[in-house]
Amino acid sequence: MSAVLSARALAKRYGERGNVQQALGDVSFELAAGELVGVIGPNGAGKTTLLSILAGALAPSAGEVALAPAAAPATTPEGAAAAPRHAAARRIGWVPQQPALYRKLTVAENLELFARLERVADVHATVAAMLEQADLLARAHQLVGKLSGGSRQRVNVAIGLIGSPPALALDEPSAALDPDQRERLWRLLAQRTAAGTAVLFSTHNVSEVQRHASRVLVLDRGRLLFDGAPAALLAAGAEPEDGDLERALVRFVRERQRGEAGA
Amino acid sequence: MSWLLRKDLLILRRSRLLLALLVLYPVVVALLIGFAISRAPARPRVAIVDEVPAGETVRVGTRRVEVAQYARRVFAQVHALQASSRAQAVAQVDAGEALAAVVIPADLAARVSSATSPAQLEVLYNGNALQQSLARSAIESALAHANLGFSAQIQRAAAAVIDTLLRGGELPAAGAPQGLIGLQRIPAVLAALIARQPPGRERTQLQQLRAFASFAAQNLLLAKRVLATIGQPIRIHSVTLHGRRTPLDTFAVVVAVTVSLMFLCVLLAAGGVALEREEHALARLVRGLVSHRSLLVEKTLLAAGCALPVAVAMLAAIGAFVALDFSRAGLWLAALALAALAFAALGVAIGALTRDVRAASLLAIMLALPLALLALVPAGSVSGGFYALVEAVSFAFPFKAALQALDTAVNGAAPAIWASLLHLAALGGAFAALALLGLRRAD
Repeated sequence: MSAVLSARALAKRYGERGNVQQALGDVSFELAAGELVGVIGPNGAGKTTLLSILAGALAPSAGEVALAPAAAPATTPEGAAAAPRHAAARRIGWVPQQPALYRKLTVAENLELFARLERVADVHATVAAMLEQADLLARAHQLVGKLSGGSRQRVNVAIGLIGSPPALALDEPSAALDPDQRERLWRLLAQRTAAGTAVLFSTHNVSEVQRHASRVLVLDRGRLLFDGAPAALLAAGAEPEDGDLERALVRFVRERQRGEAGA
Repeated sequence: MSWLLRKDLLILRRSRLLLALLVLYPVVVALLIGFAISRAPARPRVAIVDEVPAGETVRVGTRRVEVAQYARRVFAQVHALQASSRAQAVAQVDAGEALAAVVIPADLAARVSSATSPAQLEVLYNGNALQQSLARSAIESALAHANLGFSAQIQRAAAAVIDTLLRGGELPAAGAPQGLIGLQRIPAVLAALIARQPPGRERTQLQQLRAFASFAAQNLLLAKRVLATIGQPIRIHSVTLHGRRTPLDTFAVVVAVTVSLMFLCVLLAAGGVALEREEHALARLVRGLVSHRSLLVEKTLLAAGCALPVAVAMLAAIGAFVALDFSRAGLWLAALALAALAFAALGVAIGALTRDVRAASLLAIMLALPLALLALVPAGSVSGGFYALVEAVSFAFPFKAALQALDTAVNGAAPAIWASLLHLAALGGAFAALALLGLRRAD
């Protein structure tokens, strides 16, 4: 399968000289069309940083993100060239961890605004389709500020999908959703992957990765420790094929940390 | 950018409290300024005890000056509350009915007439330091005014007596001889006598007497002239330099409009940028949907575009109270438009440095209020070093330049308007660049 999105040697450092913190270091991977890839790891592993860089919301300190088939757009280190980064980012749908919505606008107005900014061809048809897909038709004319956390998250996800991007980056999209809403979300993402969209999502709910993802990336302290199928992570964590992926993850990360400490 | 602008206008329309404040704030400021400058200042309430018997006069030569006139002049300068006795006046002051009490003693006429011991008034104060200062200032001004009028009458009476002594006539004072000859006529009479007198001791004495009479008459004439100038020895002749000829009331209008414009622009622009952060939408927007520059331009235009009509309406509304030259409306618009853009640029810079609307609003008020106060500090009222610092701060922010531009536009005050407009444009550019830097640093 051809790669829709390539991340090459991505790094992100914060702070000034003498007090530099590495949030992400030398992370490389590819996303193929129709793949649903989960990113997991402990708190502070760099999951949000990685997704923000892919979405163009954060500039990497080093490395680049390339989006196929367009050859040119690429995420480049800070200060080098902001425009190409943003050109690539526009083609990656982004669902940030915290709902990025206007509380004083209705659900439909939020969707319409971002559809216009994404320069969607048929704004009204797209908004109507998104309202239906995200099960928001009944709430279309409600102010976002009056919605529950779960409904807001659905609007947040819908905005990420609105431009029908070839790749999607979702940061903990199922947080704040109830089980029924979560099922709807995974169905929606499955429809997208079936249509060829490459989806990368981060989560703390490892069972979601086990159930839905075709591939898993494990991050720890900014480094990519694992890139493979969930079954391979089970094996790497000394778990049987029908074992617990969460237990396998904890064991795998702990072993790697122990190995590094020993070395 | 137009969709972003439309979104912000929709949000603004739905923020009823903010919208009400935006409309009410300038209206209230305009009305307050209008009423303040169209009404005479309130006179402090002062209890006055006039213990001088009715009809009492001060006698100066042939004339009598009524003491009641003096009291009437004092009453006219304050809101007089009549008190029958000193005790009643003290009670009125203690009860807060009057800020002060003035006691005109019964022996005022006698003391003025005697010219041996000065006449004295007793003034009693109450209230806080500010009220005392107001009452003290009003009473001292009233007393000075009354003294001036009273002394002018005494001078006129004294001048009439001197005149009779010089030219001769009747002086109906007790013990005064009838048909006074007048000092000025004495030298001529003596000269006729001297001409008939043979040389000798008596002739010499008559000549000495004539010389003295001439000298005395000259000096008494000089005394009369001196008496005329004593009441107001130095008169004030005002000359305005450098063409700054703004009347105080229209300058107050300019200050009111500039302050309102600054608050509206800075708060709207700072709040607009901070809102994008508060709603977590900034990152979503600037990742390629809208550039940082476009976002800042949109917020600047939104703030300036909302505040400009309000400021123009405010000027027009205040025009109902103060005579403004509406033929200069083109210049008003130019000054207001550039000032609005410069203030909005300052606002977006504040918004770019803060994380939420509350912090942005607080910072905007904390910065704008001292800026307005500093720009109004007059030269000479503080030390030279501090004034230089005040000038430097005022130069670095748009309030003073906006004030000068609008003052020139409304009142035709110097310096030329283009200098202030250029200053505003430069400051607007500088703050916009700072905002861009702040927004990108957060990326």
